[in-house]
Amino acid sequence: MDTMTLVAVASIVTAGLTTGIGCMCPALGEGRAVATALTALAQQPDAAATITRTLFVGLAMIESTAIYCFVVSMILIFANPFWNHVIAQSVGH
Amino acid sequence: MRLSPDDLIFWQHGPVKLNGTIAFTWGLMLALTLGSKLVTRNLTTDLARSRWQNLLEIVVGAIEQQIRDVGLQRPKTYIGFLGTLFLFVAASALCTIVPGYEPPTGSLSTTVALALCVFVAVPVFGIRAQGVGDYLKSYAKPTLVMLPFNIISEVSRTLALAVRLFGNMMSGAMIVAILLTITPFLFPIVMTALGLLTGMVQAYIFFILAAVYIAAATRPSEPGPEKAP
Repeated sequence: MDTMTLVAVASIVTAGLTTGIGCMCPALGEGRAVATALTALAQQPDAAATITRTLFVGLAMIESTAIYCFVVSMILIFANPFWNHVIAQSVGH
Repeated sequence: MRLSPDDLIFWQHGPVKLNGTIAFTWGLMLALTLGSKLVTRNLTTDLARSRWQNLLEIVVGAIEQQIRDVGLQRPKTYIGFLGTLFLFVAASALCTIVPGYEPPTGSLSTTVALALCVFVAVPVFGIRAQGVGDYLKSYAKPTLVMLPFNIISEVSRTLALAVRLFGNMMSGAMIVAILLTITPFLFPIVMTALGLLTGMVQAYIFFILAAVYIAAATRPSEPGPEKAP
């Protein structure tokens, strides 16, 4: 396996793994957060505004981790510096 | 495959480029300012009012209520900054139903600029509310050990603001673009609707997080919330 294939395989596999794991874990966290918020809403409908706002802020925090994983996989596939370097070298030869 | 509207070049003259991000940003700004100007030209206080004034009253009132809910007791001070953030991000997400338009918030430059505005505005509002000494002391609370972590959190939350908005908007635009090449009739419509929803949620989150950060910076000087009768 030459360097070019190695870089391509590593990038694609890592991007898939990143998206997979980075979607699973935040999904679990968000599910727990929403379930707890619904329980709290059922117990205290008066505090709906506060609970909803805090839930959204918390969800944003959790979701940003998923977004980080997504951005990393996008960079690996569409804007990979190592891949561009390999392509430039192979064109140069 | 274009990652962002940065690569969409409309006009180029030597080193000066007019890319899609700049064009759409200025278009949005023009639409928002001209629209507000037109609506607020002849405001009335009686019951017979134009529907546009009604719309603006609802929007401004809702934003003010949200700012008050976060714990800022004087929303008039902050509604200029926070409301503009919300309206810009929301409008840039809503206009995706116009063909040929790409959301400027789908480019990292725009989101970093917005996040830097928040990064600068938090100390400004904090110093205005508490004075320089008290504001700087708030970094060393509860103990001096927390000082580096507080400074790191300032920078990292700014980065998180920028990357969250960018990732959401970019992924929405990209999913629609990919689906258009695969199943170009019905399915992209569903994803566009979903993108509208996420865009609005992201606008709300950006605005509420900025409000929470400002509230945390101005908190010690704010009068406590009045007890409801």
